[in-house]
Amino acid sequence: MTAARDLYPLSEKAPEKAVSASGLPLSELTLDAVVSERIGAADIRISADVLRLQARIARDAGRDRLALNLERAAELVSVPQDLILDTYEMLRPGRISDSRLLTERAEMLRRDYGAHMIAALIDEAVAVYERRNLFRRRY
Amino acid sequence: MSSTPRWRRFEEWDQRPLRHDQFAVEDPAAGFATFHSPWDPKPSARVENGRVVEIDGKQEADFDILDTFIAAHHLDLDVIDEAMAMDPADVARMLVDINVPRETLERLARGMTPAKLASVVACMSALEITFAYAKMRQRRTPGNQAHVTNAKDDPLQLAADAAVAVALGFDEIETTMRVASNSWANAIACAVGSSVGRGGVLFQCSIEEAEELRIGMAGFTSYAETVSVYGTEAAFVDGDDTPWSKAFLTAAYASRGIKARCTSGASAELLMGFHERQSVLYLEARCLCLQRAMGVQGTQNGGIDGAPLTVSMAGGMRELMAENLIAVWLGLECASGNDTRVSESEIRVGAKITPYLMAGSDLLCSGLGSIRKYDNSFNPSLFNGEDIEDFLALQRDFEADGGLTPIKEGDTYALRMRAIRALAAVFDELGLATVPEAWMHSVAAASGSLETETFSPGEVTRISEAIRDRGLTAVDVVRALERRGFAREAENLLLMLRQRISGDYLQTSAILRDGKVISALNDPNDYSGPGSGYRMSEARWEAVRNVRDVQTREKVLERERRIDPTAEPWLIPSGEAQKGTDPREVVIGLSPAFGNELTQTTAGHDLIDVVLALTDGVREGGGVPRLVRIRHTADTSFLGLTAARLSGSGYGIGIQAKGTAIIHRADRLPHMNVELFSNAPVTTLAHYRAMGRNAALHAAGTAPEPIIVPVDGQSLGARYHVRVAMLYAIETGLVVPDAPPLDVTLAIGQRRAGS
Repeated sequence: MTAARDLYPLSEKAPEKAVSASGLPLSELTLDAVVSERIGAADIRISADVLRLQARIARDAGRDRLALNLERAAELVSVPQDLILDTYEMLRPGRISDSRLLTERAEMLRRDYGAHMIAALIDEAVAVYERRNLFRRRY
Repeated sequence: MSSTPRWRRFEEWDQRPLRHDQFAVEDPAAGFATFHSPWDPKPSARVENGRVVEIDGKQEADFDILDTFIAAHHLDLDVIDEAMAMDPADVARMLVDINVPRETLERLARGMTPAKLASVVACMSALEITFAYAKMRQRRTPGNQAHVTNAKDDPLQLAADAAVAVALGFDEIETTMRVASNSWANAIACAVGSSVGRGGVLFQCSIEEAEELRIGMAGFTSYAETVSVYGTEAAFVDGDDTPWSKAFLTAAYASRGIKARCTSGASAELLMGFHERQSVLYLEARCLCLQRAMGVQGTQNGGIDGAPLTVSMAGGMRELMAENLIAVWLGLECASGNDTRVSESEIRVGAKITPYLMAGSDLLCSGLGSIRKYDNSFNPSLFNGEDIEDFLALQRDFEADGGLTPIKEGDTYALRMRAIRALAAVFDELGLATVPEAWMHSVAAASGSLETETFSPGEVTRISEAIRDRGLTAVDVVRALERRGFAREAENLLLMLRQRISGDYLQTSAILRDGKVISALNDPNDYSGPGSGYRMSEARWEAVRNVRDVQTREKVLERERRIDPTAEPWLIPSGEAQKGTDPREVVIGLSPAFGNELTQTTAGHDLIDVVLALTDGVREGGGVPRLVRIRHTADTSFLGLTAARLSGSGYGIGIQAKGTAIIHRADRLPHMNVELFSNAPVTTLAHYRAMGRNAALHAAGTAPEPIIVPVDGQSLGARYHVRVAMLYAIETGLVVPDAPPLDVTLAIGQRRAGS
């Protein structure tokens, strides 16, 4: 099996693996396709598979922290924008006073989107916020 | 009350721009400490049952949010014992040792606590830090980032300035707004502007996170660097985030295919009032460990907004370099600050950037102000539109690649117009606005927004809100560009969308060059001593060294050698010169090219006027002038001495075509002249006249006051020596060894006939 690192950059070494969130391969994202209105907003979104592949490449290059981040990102690809922004808001200090809301959010992301790493990150935050008293209202 | 007299030099120093800068005393209790504070912890770490239970003297139960995150996500249990046991000075030596690979040091950093990392770089001098930075930085090819903003949030100017920034070679463009609701107009304008020319530039619109994510999702922007982190828990919370919220946000950006980097820098905590009496380096080391822990690919660090405060402290610039070193040592891309005007002194500004030019950096400036200072909505950068050419000159001086390329004056107006027309076409095609022709020309010619006739702020806001409310995306812009005949720009913008799908620029230190991603993965910094690492290609060096108005021999001669081909010779040789007998005689020895190949002094005086001034002066002093052409030398001293030895009085004047002149006496050694006029560029006709008079007065046995040619401290060398050297070569080229001097007569009256 080829080392993942040898696939980098994907756009040059393995363009067939660079497929957008809507399933559109890189080779079909052409000016003609755009002008004839065959391309929509979903076609220019990165896919979870590409992010996981980039994570493998990063890990292969000795960058395991970046790899973990890209894997967390892969879990968020299908999470709607508003849900992402709302979750981010809840994670900011003092936004909620009841830690259970955040725990429930982690559970929902795990259940509905298979976002296990993201959920683990949120659970970790809940524990620390409680210990450091960050569930206190700031405004 | 009597006051002590004051040395007036202090008054002059008071007027220097430097005196606007503030210098602060070291006061760790007040947070003013660069490398060391008594309240900094000693490095330590302890692992129990597979978890880190102590960091830098603090036990797990007392961990704040930073310690907790660093313990859980940064420290590598396989390395920690080995790395923490090492002597800081030994590690510092490894950092500057070309025989120790970067990867070896990056592995050790993964086992080091913030205090440990700080203790290592604290051992290093500014030079050693610079060298280690050159070795440890991530991507081999250096790059740079531009700020593109303006005081009116004018989209036309943004498009034009973005296109210029691309032409200048910037790899990233960052914009922000005076009015937050103008963000969508800014984004579309910079996206279009940066697609003009070579294209392939990463672009960011800096605004509140939620809006920035939306703009990124619409495909206009490709990176974000507003993910700020802070070195104390109180500052972090005051900054309205935690390591977990920022780690989540970092993943969110990547999930949209947007490159992200964190921001942190010395003195941020001090500015925010939560410094905990710890040194700025230690606090920044915490920030950087946190960033690696979050899995972000890179950082914008090196003071940033806190840079002026940091450089107010002794050793502040060294500290900023030290924190950049920690960043790259941790394997992070580093946009190395240099984005804030830390001083009003241009000398300090130039000195600040120099180590980075020499070492190279992923992005030398995390925003070099490509626009005028007053147009910079981030506040003035270290370098700005006013002084970009100074930066280009420094690249050329040190043969160092700072990521920028000189632009040609002749191409720039057309480039700006193309960007403006492209944006106007997009606005028109999408029904957002119609742009009058007069506005386009006004903006294309303007250096800054004070000069433009363009949209009112209210109109910009209306356009911006329409873009957002209608859900327009980069795909719509690509289509509009293509439909209106801007196919090349459409292709460039589409390239950025294609890159986003591949995710290639999410890897460490990624930028685009020639439409292709280069990063720490496929262009890793492999510096291991002389001959290795990044070197400019011949083509790149050719571009870098070709700054505006490079003097060539042809250009200098065309300008300086004003030979009228129809003019008659005005210095007519009349046979070999003999020694004169008249005791009042003053011989004026003219150099080989005087009045034939060369016709004016470096001060711009016609040599006819110069000869008339000299001869009139000699007569005024009671002397008798005689002109001779000297052919065996072009050196001022020997011209003068030769003239003196031919002169009946024993006094003579030697003069070169460029205007350098000397009074000499027959019995003196060549370099022991009577009077020397070495600063030809500031020597006037009145001075030449006085010189003639003084020579005659010397001949008459009196001792006149020497002529003083006043200088005001101008660098005559910088201003004239290129021309002088090229012109003087003409003189020396005409030297005929052993040729005797010739008497010459003035034939000025006859030359008018043909004119």
